[in-house]
Amino acid sequence: MSLRWPPYKSTLLRAPLREPVPLPHNDLHWAVFGDRPVGELEHDLTRGHDGEPLGERIIVHGTVTDATGKPLPHTLVEVWQANSAGRYAHAADRHPAPLDPNFSGVGRCMTNADGEYRFVTIRPGAYPWRNHENAWRPAHIHFSLFGRAFSQRLITQMYFPGDPLFEKDPILMWVPDEAARSRLVAQFDLSATEPEWALAYRFDIVLGATPMEQPS
Amino acid sequence: MTTPSQTVGPFFPQALVGKDGPLVVPLGTPGAVWIRGRVFDGADQPVPGVLIESWQTEGFGRTLTDAQGAWALHTVKAPYVVLSIAASGLLDRLVARVHFEEPQLAGVDPDRLHTLVARATDDGYAFDIHLQGPHETVFFAV
Repeated sequence: MSLRWPPYKSTLLRAPLREPVPLPHNDLHWAVFGDRPVGELEHDLTRGHDGEPLGERIIVHGTVTDATGKPLPHTLVEVWQANSAGRYAHAADRHPAPLDPNFSGVGRCMTNADGEYRFVTIRPGAYPWRNHENAWRPAHIHFSLFGRAFSQRLITQMYFPGDPLFEKDPILMWVPDEAARSRLVAQFDLSATEPEWALAYRFDIVLGATPMEQPS
Repeated sequence: MTTPSQTVGPFFPQALVGKDGPLVVPLGTPGAVWIRGRVFDGADQPVPGVLIESWQTEGFGRTLTDAQGAWALHTVKAPYVVLSIAASGLLDRLVARVHFEEPQLAGVDPDRLHTLVARATDDGYAFDIHLQGPHETVFFAV
C-alpha cells in the first residue's frame, strides 16, 4: 500500500516517493527488544498513581500469533493511549481536555507461554485533530509489538467496535479492504468481562512472517 | 492475514524510550561511537517526534527526534546499522541502513548510494534522513 495517502495530510511531505529496495534476508533475523524487564504491574494502566483514573475501566486482551497461526510466547507488547477525556499525557498534545493526574496512558507486558497478553486500562476518548475540517480520531489504543524478528515488528492501533467515526478517519481508511480494517477493531468479549468490575475487549494480533518462513 | 500497520502518531511516550534507550551499548564501551542525525521532510523542514530504532547483533536502541528533528544513538560500528523509522504522517515504518563506507548494493541507483553513508564527526558519525526530495534516503522493503 502506498504511504502517500492524500486524505491524511501529513503523508504528503513525509511519505517517501521512491520505491523501497528489497532488504537482504540476513538483515531480518536480528535480536529483538525485550531484555528490559517488565514490571509486574505494567500491564495495569489504572495503577501506579495515587488514585484511580477517571473513566470506564476495561480489560483488553488477546493472542499474538505469527502468519502461520502459531502463538508467539514471551514477546513484548507496548501500548499507549489518551485518557478518558481524549487527552494524552504528552507535551505535544494541545487538545483542551483535562489531563488526569492518575493516568499516564502507557503500559507494557510480555505474552505468556500461549502467546496471550492482557491489559487493564480505561476506555480512551475520541479527540480532534487538524487534518481536515471537524476531524476527530475514533477512540483507539496504540500497540507496538516486536515478535521474533525484525520482519515482524508492528506498530498499529486498536479501535472499538461500532465507532461512528471510522468512515471519516483517513488513518483507518488507508487500509483499503474492509476485512483487513476489521482486524484493527477489537471485539466485545463478555466471557472475559469481570462482573461488577470491568468490561472486556478482545484484540488478536497477527504478525508477519519470519525470514525462515518466507519463500526465498 | 496479518494485522495492518497504522501510524505511530505524534504522541509516542518518552517512558517507552527510557533514559538508556539510545544506548545500544553502555557509555564507555571501547570503540563505541555516537551516530547523530536529523530527519527532514519533503520541504526540508525538521520532523520532531520520529521514533528511530536501531537493530544490530550487538543490541537494540531507540530514540525520538527533538523539536529540531535531531536524534542520537550510541552504538558500535558494524558493516552497517539497520534503522526502523516511525512517525506521524508515516502509515508504516520505514527501514534505512547506516553504512560507514559506500556499499555495493544491487538494485540501488548509484547516484543515491551516498544517502546510505554516514559522515565521520568528532565523536562518531552523522547520518541525516530525508523522507522526500532530491536527497531522499534509500529505504528498504522488509
